Order: sequence, then C-alpha cells, then structure tokens
Amino acid sequence: MTTQISPAVQLAETPSSVTPRTQKARRTHRFGAPKIVINTVAILVFLCSVFPVYWMVNMSFTPSNQIISRTPSFFPTEFTFKNYITAWSREAAPGQTDFPHALGSSIIVAIAVVVVCALFAFLASIAIARFAFRGRYVFIVSVLVVQMVPGEAMMFTIYNMIDDWHLMNTLVGLFIVHLASVVPFTIWTLRGFVAGVPADLEEAAQIDGCTKSQAFWKVTFPLLAPGLVSTGIFAFIQSWNEFTMALLLMKGYNLTLPPWLNSFQSATEATNWGAVMAGSTLIALPVVIFFLFVQGRMTGGLVSGAVKG
Amino acid sequence: MSATLTEHDAAPRTPGTRPPGPDTRSGRAPKKKKFPFAPWMLLAPSIILLFVMVVYPTIVMFITSFTDLEIKNKMLDTPANFVGFDNYVEVFTMSDFPAVLARSLGLMVVLTVLIVVGGMLIALLMLRLSKGWRLLVSIGLLLAWAMPPLSATVVWGWIFDTDYGLVNWVLNTLTGTQDFRGHGWLANPWSFMMVLVIIVVWQGIPFAVFTFYAGLGQVPDEVLEASQLDGANAVQRFRLIVLPYMRNVLTAVIVLETIWNLRIFTQVYALQQQGGLVSETNVLGTYLFRQGLGEFGVTAAIGVFMVLLLMGISYYNVRSSLKEEEA
Repeated sequence: MTTQISPAVQLAETPSSVTPRTQKARRTHRFGAPKIVINTVAILVFLCSVFPVYWMVNMSFTPSNQIISRTPSFFPTEFTFKNYITAWSREAAPGQTDFPHALGSSIIVAIAVVVVCALFAFLASIAIARFAFRGRYVFIVSVLVVQMVPGEAMMFTIYNMIDDWHLMNTLVGLFIVHLASVVPFTIWTLRGFVAGVPADLEEAAQIDGCTKSQAFWKVTFPLLAPGLVSTGIFAFIQSWNEFTMALLLMKGYNLTLPPWLNSFQSATEATNWGAVMAGSTLIALPVVIFFLFVQGRMTGGLVSGAVKG
Repeated sequence: MSATLTEHDAAPRTPGTRPPGPDTRSGRAPKKKKFPFAPWMLLAPSIILLFVMVVYPTIVMFITSFTDLEIKNKMLDTPANFVGFDNYVEVFTMSDFPAVLARSLGLMVVLTVLIVVGGMLIALLMLRLSKGWRLLVSIGLLLAWAMPPLSATVVWGWIFDTDYGLVNWVLNTLTGTQDFRGHGWLANPWSFMMVLVIIVVWQGIPFAVFTFYAGLGQVPDEVLEASQLDGANAVQRFRLIVLPYMRNVLTAVIVLETIWNLRIFTQVYALQQQGGLVSETNVLGTYLFRQGLGEFGVTAAIGVFMVLLLMGISYYNVRSSLKEEEA
C-alpha cells in the first residue's frame, strides 16, 4: 500500500521542490556576507545554545568540592558518578519522596496521559475528518477556543474541584488535569493527519473487497501511525514537564519529578549543586530524546495553517 | 513517509467520498437523515472531558469571582455571599496586582520582540549556511528547545550564582578585578528580570527559528532574483518581498509567543526559589499562585481577568486556524 502512494506524491512534489533548491544554492554563492563571517556567527549561535546544556552535564559529573570553587572547571577533570548516585538514592525526609518514587509517579501519569489522550484524540479526529455532520464546525471552534483557555488561571477552581472529588494528592487527579490540557491540541494535530490520508484509499480497499472497518484498520490506520506517535510524544513531554498544577495538587510522597527537583534543590542542605544538576540531567534526558523524534512535526502542527497558507 | 503525510495535508481534499467541510455539513449523507450517532459517539469522550475540566471550572470561577467564598466556607460548609464587583475593585485598587500586570505585559513585549527578531535573524543566517553548518546550528537550537524549563532555569540560575557562578568569574577575569565577587544577580529586580529574559529567550528562539526557516523556504526565488536585478538591496528585498510572503507565519509566531510569554510560570517561580525578591518579581501566574488557598473569590477574579486577557489575544489565532480549516 505504502509503495503505491509514494510515487504519486513524489511526482506531485518534484516540480516545486527541486527547482528552488538548486536556485537557492546558486543564490547563496552569489550574494551574502563573506562565508567566514557567516560561519563565525553560526558557531556563536551554536555555542550559546549548547553551552547551558553542556554546563549542566559537566557539573553533574564534577565532584561537589570542585563545583564550589572560585575558579570554575570547564571539564569534569575528576570525573565522578557520585552526584547521580546521590540524586538517585538520597533518602527523603519522612513523608517526602525520593527520586525513584517521583520518577515512578511521573512515568505513570505521563504514560496514562499518552494512552488515553491518543485514544480520545484519535476518535475525535476521525469524527471531524471523516464524517460530515451537523455540529462539526461548532465542535472545531470549541476545541480551538478551549485550547486557548489558560489552565493556570483556573488553578484554585480546579484545586477545589479535585478536592471535592477526593482526588487531591493522587496520581489520578493530576492525570485528569494533564489530560484535559493536552487533548485539544492533540485533536487538532491528529485531525490534520487523518485528513491527510485520502478517503479514496479506503474506497479503493472497499472495492477490492475489504469491509468498511477492515479498510480502515488495514489501510488508514497504518498511515496514521506516525501521527499518533508524534502526538503521543507531545503529550508525554507536556505531562513530564508540567510544573504548576503538580506543585499545587501534589504533596510530599506523591510529588512528580519537576516539583521533586524544586524541593530537592531547596531542601538539600547548602544545596548540593552537583546532585541537583544530576537530577536535572536525568529529568531532561527522556525529553531531549523524544524531542529529537518529533521536532519537525511540532512546528508543523502549531503553525501548519500559516506555513502552508 | 512522515513527510509525505504532512505534505498531503496541504493538498486539496478529493471531492470523492465524504468530503468534510462547512458546505456539506447539513444532511450530506442521503442514506440516513437521522441524528448522526457515529460521529457524536466518537466525540463523546473528548466532549465530556473538556466540558468537565475546562468549561465547567470556567463557569464556576466566573460565579465565584462575584462571591466572598473563602476557605472557611469550605471547611464549615457555609454558602458564600454575593458581593458584586467587590473582588474586582479590590484586585485593581487595593493590591499590588496592577504592578504585577504591568510587569507581565512589559516582560511579554520584551520577550516577544527579542524572540521574533532573534529568531528571524538566525533563520536568515541558516538560509545562508551550507548543509553541515546548518545541521550544527539546528542541533544546538534543538538541545536548547528540548530542555525542560525547570532544568534550564536551575542551570541558568547556577551560571548566575552569587558565589560560584560562571558569569561573575568571567566578569572578574575580563575586568581583572574582584568587583563582581559575590555580586547577586537575582537580588536586584532589574537584573533578575534580565536573567529571566535570557532564559526564556534562549529557550524560545529555536521554535521561532525553525518556523521562520520553514516559512522562508516558501518565498519564491524567482521573485527575489527579479527584484535583485531591478536593483533592490538586501534590506529592501527583505522588507518588500520576504516579509509580505511571511506575513502568515510571522503573525502566527507573534501571537503564540505573546500567549506563551504572558503565561510563563515555571521559569519565574524557579528563579525566585533561587533567590529573587518575590514581591518585586512576580508575574501574573506566580502572583496568582502565591495568593494561595484562602480567598477564593479574589483569586477567581484574577483568574477571570487572565482568561479574558489571554482569550482576547488568542482571538486572532483561533480565527486564522479556522481559516485553514475552511480552506
């Protein structure tokens, strides 16, 4: 199935995509500031972007006595894993959480958000991209408007609500709050993916003898997989990084990673910066990895209308 | 595969089967004129969730903002009294909210301008780079973009640390003095804001760069070359040709950045933890958060104001997204 689509797509793309590229290359050679200036600026931009990330990793491998010195060390000369061990295994005060438990809470909430949000958004996007019905337009407008409602403005109302439902300080409560904050965006993004798979393909499969549901599951669904993966990763990152509501709703033993890092930083006596940096690095790691997978899709999703407009 | 999928989105929809669109939405299917159960069943989970978690609390907050609901009403289970616009009057006249609002709006303008201008300059730079260099810059920007805001703030806070921060060391080394020894960047509200701006701009620029870069690819080279032959210089070409072509992209980025920058919370809160004067550095989000549980009526009034402000700004975004849907 896949091989049948791609030639057509390539054909459609060829005239528009090849010509400008060669012309752009020519233009670069003809005009512009000297190469050396441009490349120097490029290096500067690169260094400015990377340096804080490098600094965090560097410090996470530097022994604490070297971190607290008047002359900073630009490389971990005495390379050590001690900070990671401290961050991971430092025992929490009674009633507080340690890193492994916070990690567990974060993973449970984030995975639950990904699964449920992908399911909800998938169903909704099928409805708005594949069905014509009264109320469809109203729903689309509502999703867009709801997406713009700033959740943090309602923090105390949501706090009261969660409290009334007896979900305060539970992972379920935080899960629902995170879910509601990612679902509108995921519906909007997935809708683009579903609309991108031509309904003709399904028709063709039905003519070839598939039932309607077979045509969907065997033809359309595999083509949607990349969309589901990237929206899923987006939901994961959102939930993983979310700080405000986690700070408000979760206490002590049930903290997720961001509020854990926050309390770890202020609680550590005379702040053990090496361990704090190791903790931040551990929190950043999954996000950075996932991010590299979806980055193209994320810009596309947020401003797709404008870029293609 | 992924690229072809997204590209397909731009292609006109085939007029064959079940074309979605506003013109066909009423009674399109000739088979059954009954209530369309299938799509509503598919939408039901999302509708219920969003109604319960967004629409309902918005209404509750709106109502609460006109009452004197306090935490003791919740404890004693007594009803709150209706107080009209008292909470709004109190917020705007008897608190430091106006100062916080002004600070937030000022910060929003500075951040948005820096991110948009910086993003555009780097995007133009990327256009001029050869492939390897462009990859290098992209990787750097991606790393900055991918950092969780909290981790980023912790690192930057340490770089600007009073005793062991890199910035103080560099400044001491450069000036050859000990003037910056123990200089507390976060203690002064203005330099606190400077550090905050650096953090947010550092993280915000990559999104702008990648979006602008994608947009720049759409400016037809023929037009640029023609204007070049007609004698337009680089600035004129940018202003008269590139900018008009980029108008949609530019507006989208500006609107999104405006919203995001008005909503910043994590960076401000975490930086305050590292030693800022809270009362002098609060923005809307942290101000509301630090009101704490207690006077729900007053916090609801602040919340209603924030919702109205942000919804007003995002009106344009909603409209342009809808245009895309109708197209």
